[in-house]
Amino acid sequence: MSALLQIKNIETYYGLVYALRGVSLNIEQGSITTILGNNGAGKTTILNSIAGLIDDQPEKGEIWFDGKKINGMKTVKIIGMGIGYAPEGRQIFNELTVKENLEMGAYSRSNRKEISDDIDKMFRYFPVLEERSKQLAGTLSGGEQQMLAISRALMSRPKMLMLDEPSLGLSPILVKEIFGIIKTINEDGVTILLVEQNANMALSIAHYGYILENGRFVTSGSSEKLRENDDVKEFYLGLKSETSVKGYQRYKRKKRWN
Amino acid sequence: MTGQLIISGLTIGSIYAMLALAMSIIYKASEIPNFAQGDMGMISTYIAYMILVVHGWPFWMAFAGAMIFAVILGFLFEFLFIRRAKEPNILNLIIVTLGFQLFLYGMTGWRWGSDQRRLGMPFSETDTINVGGVVISHLGVATILTSIIIMVMLWFFLSRTKLGLAMKAVQQNPMAAEINGIPKDRILGISFAISSVIGAMAGMMIAPITTLDPNMMWDPLMKGFAAAVLGGMTSLPGAIIGGYLLGIIENLFGFYVSLEFKSVVAFLIIVLVLVFKPAGILGHHYVRKV
Ligand SMILES: Nc1ncnc2c1ncn2[C@@H]1O[C@H](COP(=O)(O)OP(=O)(O)OP(=O)(O)O)[C@@H](O)[C@H]1O
Ligand SMILES: [Mg+2]
Repeated sequence: MSALLQIKNIETYYGLVYALRGVSLNIEQGSITTILGNNGAGKTTILNSIAGLIDDQPEKGEIWFDGKKINGMKTVKIIGMGIGYAPEGRQIFNELTVKENLEMGAYSRSNRKEISDDIDKMFRYFPVLEERSKQLAGTLSGGEQQMLAISRALMSRPKMLMLDEPSLGLSPILVKEIFGIIKTINEDGVTILLVEQNANMALSIAHYGYILENGRFVTSGSSEKLRENDDVKEFYLGLKSETSVKGYQRYKRKKRWN
Repeated sequence: MTGQLIISGLTIGSIYAMLALAMSIIYKASEIPNFAQGDMGMISTYIAYMILVVHGWPFWMAFAGAMIFAVILGFLFEFLFIRRAKEPNILNLIIVTLGFQLFLYGMTGWRWGSDQRRLGMPFSETDTINVGGVVISHLGVATILTSIIIMVMLWFFLSRTKLGLAMKAVQQNPMAAEINGIPKDRILGISFAISSVIGAMAGMMIAPITTLDPNMMWDPLMKGFAAAVLGGMTSLPGAIIGGYLLGIIENLFGFYVSLEFKSVVAFLIIVLVLVFKPAGILGHHYVRKV
């Protein structure tokens, strides 16, 4: 087993807020790994800790990527080692065009021909971006912005792509489409770390999953195993277990808003 | 007469436009109004003076020397002072720029004294050209052309080069820039260097009109700042238009209304802008997203 990313017992604070309380995680080369958890569990904090975005954090523990210890390194360096990041809230460059956003994703590269080929590749993943290529990114719809954020993160040809809630605010059909493309991106050789609240969708494409609660992993395992886990069923998949009159358990869909 | 007033207003307006541009570039990149901008240009102009007058070398060398000095000064200022500020807030950073201004002002006084000197330029202030009854000096033409050349080069840089795009990217979303591998500190340094060069050009164009002395940039800088506010602080075309407009309005006001209160026009304009159009003529009114 070769782990591309290894997180060893990290603890992250925001001032006095104790956000990650000892998190360990292994991501295998070529896999899709998902982190599931409710609002405020600390999912984004894990990604930001990996990317080195929180000053002087993680306070404890180590993060290893591709055989090197990366905690304590500057964000630009960490990204340069082969990590692409499509963050929460998309964070595109609103007043640059779609194409310029993609060019900025390739900032550290210089071969113009290859960059232009990769832009075409993104347009094949997301044809709508090609139609919008000269439009200011801030004027795109939420879904298009998400596609742009994913594409921009891929423009550095990362070994690992981190996605923070790509399904947020998108229609079910679009979510399906985007998850299909995430799977294709993975099949094209990119290891994926996917943070989600949409457990159903995430587990449908992921190989492994971790469940995060209050800054700690409470469960982990292969997607199949997680889908059979009662707590996961109840709290993340929206399946409520109840004991019927006849005495055996059955699962019923619980109404959820997210 | 009005045509004449407009042209000479445009000349001084070009200087305001350059300073407004320099301040807007920094403001866009860091939200800091850089009050050291004027004296950074002033000391660069002294470097040109040293090369040209004291050493007697040709003008192009003086010009190149001043610009190289300005680039280094801009980088150093960002690297040594702005970047050091831990958990910076805007007020602290404004004080840093004021401190740097005082430092440069003191250095200049110590090194060159407060004498008023003459910086000879290859463009004459007295030879004029006459366009349809409106007279303009060679220096005036050069000043207006300089501001236009700066504008065109800046436009090209920002919209047609990778570094220029990166600069805009950092301005729009520093966090997103970082996670795309754009070194935001270095880019900010480049913004300071570019502003410093533009301020130095303004200094070199203004020194022959007034005189070369440590106080020469205060009035133009305040006017440039007013022009930038007029343009919206975050809009580069706004800053340029603001500069030209202010120069022209000020000149017309000085002739038709009151010469004594000519300088007050700039502040009258700031007040009017703040009251009626806080975002300036071309600026967006930014509401920070949380
Ligand atoms: N900049 C910050 N300063 C202080 N506390 C923070 C900061 N950012 C996050 N936190 C806190 O850290 C905890 C984890 O936040 P995080 O953003 O990682 O959650 P999340 O799992 O991504 O939630 P969501 O699904 O809502 O995005 C929360 O309690 C949050 O309030
Ligand atoms: Mg989050």
